[in-house]
Amino acid sequence: MKFLPLIWSNLKRRKLRTLLTVLSILVAFMLFGLLSAIKQALVGGVAMAGADRLIVRHKVSLIISLPASYQQRIDKIPGVAASAHLTWFGGIYQDPKNFFPQMATVPEEILAMYPKVILAPEQKQAWLNSRNAAVAGRKTAERFGWKIGDRIPITSAIWTHADGTQLWDFDLVGIFDGQDKATDTTPLWFRYDCFDEGRQYDKGHVGWYIIRVKDSSQAVAIATRIDDEFANSPAETKTEPEGAFVQSFAKQIGNIALIAEAIMGAVFFTILLVAGNTMAQSVRERTGELGALKAIGFTNVQVLCQVMAESCLLALLGGALGLGLSWLFILHGDPTHGLLPFFYFPVNDLLTGLGISLALGAAAGIFPALQAMRLRVADALRRM
Amino acid sequence: MNENPASDGVLVRVEGVGKTFHRGAEDIHVLTDLNLQVPAREFLALMGPSGSGKSTLLNLIGGLDRPSQGSVTVGGERIDQLSDRDLARWRARHVGFIFQLYNLMPVLNAERNVELPLLLTHLSKAQRAQHVQTALAIVGLAHRAKHFPRTLSGGEQQRVGIARAIVTDPTLLLCDEPTGDLDRKAGDEILDLLHALNREHGKTIVMVTHDPHASARAVRTVHLDKGQLWSEAQK
Repeated sequence: MKFLPLIWSNLKRRKLRTLLTVLSILVAFMLFGLLSAIKQALVGGVAMAGADRLIVRHKVSLIISLPASYQQRIDKIPGVAASAHLTWFGGIYQDPKNFFPQMATVPEEILAMYPKVILAPEQKQAWLNSRNAAVAGRKTAERFGWKIGDRIPITSAIWTHADGTQLWDFDLVGIFDGQDKATDTTPLWFRYDCFDEGRQYDKGHVGWYIIRVKDSSQAVAIATRIDDEFANSPAETKTEPEGAFVQSFAKQIGNIALIAEAIMGAVFFTILLVAGNTMAQSVRERTGELGALKAIGFTNVQVLCQVMAESCLLALLGGALGLGLSWLFILHGDPTHGLLPFFYFPVNDLLTGLGISLALGAAAGIFPALQAMRLRVADALRRM
Repeated sequence: MNENPASDGVLVRVEGVGKTFHRGAEDIHVLTDLNLQVPAREFLALMGPSGSGKSTLLNLIGGLDRPSQGSVTVGGERIDQLSDRDLARWRARHVGFIFQLYNLMPVLNAERNVELPLLLTHLSKAQRAQHVQTALAIVGLAHRAKHFPRTLSGGEQQRVGIARAIVTDPTLLLCDEPTGDLDRKAGDEILDLLHALNREHGKTIVMVTHDPHASARAVRTVHLDKGQLWSEAQK
């Protein structure tokens, strides 16, 4: 700590240069924070997917439905604790830009399958009582200003009524929250029985099944058992962990994690050069001073540590400010106004960001620090 | 280093020292078979023209460089045999350097500059502050403690440099052209200060200069030319 004033004073030596370097690092880490939140929104479901949940879908494609009768057979397979099903509705609310997931399901089953979904008991009862009822996640309800009691008209491009019309009306009877901020509160769920009865075709079929297994270590074996059960049938299944299923969904718009990492890799490499150049200049212009420090008794290692500490402090300062600003921005809310299922800065990413800033400082400072360490005192003093 | 000089009263003993620099394929012999003894509490001036090897000799005595041949013993310790780390620690404990261009840290104020050598000790912050105050008082700059080097005159900067050199109470002060960048008046003040440090505080001083006026203040003057000792003048 007693060396801190010396280290801090050296950073203030060229205030403009230090400020510009800190700003460069700040912008990079702000970008890192925002990309982390976006990446979390797009692929976070993978991490949050239950290890004890499997998804059963049609072997050929997700868009081909499965018979509803499969559920009874699945429930009998050893190791299966519970099941639920969802059917993609793909409707448009007012404007095609207003995307949010809408799915037909069975209320008790889906709520039991996702215990982190919090729905008030009276709202759950209202959903059970009314066949035309629907519940929406808080995020979507707030996005469109929905209140309980509202009628939600949705036009489906996929599903038509028996009379050929495409407009479906649902009564909003509940708004659910997530137990934690990683729980997706964007879907609208409505009752499968009402939907199945009202649609023109594909009756008696569901989109996919969600299975909870009794022992997650047996998940692979159970998945095989399920697929074996329906092998050689007209609708063969593909059973996979929920995480893999969510990932395949996310990959429809590209490998988000890879794209984010590639962008950040390029940004950090550029910042490394900027910070490295700053430190190299800083060491070069005070060769004589470093020589004087060595003359009065600073060891080579102490001089190396001093330059490294300056570099790390510089990077940590910019990194912490950038991460702090991005955290404030993210705290302000989802910039897409509800399009993303969740928008928050994961603590792990925040800590990773701080770690990266320290590593960046160390990488930027190591060569100038070694140069300073290797300076011969007599030579350095001549360069005053 | 033993704080007391050897039994014969010699603090610095340079024996058979040679120093050769290599520039490409060329060898430059800066010092050749040089012998010098500096008794404790002496004020010695090293004189000579540019390139005569006086600064090189000073660097060898202060452990800033190593001889190519011979030995340098200070306070009974063979400093030419110490490792880089031990040599740095030895310098911190036993030697104070005073440079022609002061070599102060421009980003630190006077008291922070003076405090630098004390950062290498185990003294507490309060103890360091006390030592700094004492050193600045000795050089007559206690009232300028908060000033940065750029706001001080050349003479004042050199006083800060001297305070930094004496703050750890070293046995040996090594001065490389301490008045070389100062006008006559400021230079005289610095020489008065060095004289007082020698006479009143018992510091052994080796001063490199090519100013006869400065060397006149020393007790003994040694002349160097072409890497060899030519003459001595004792007062």
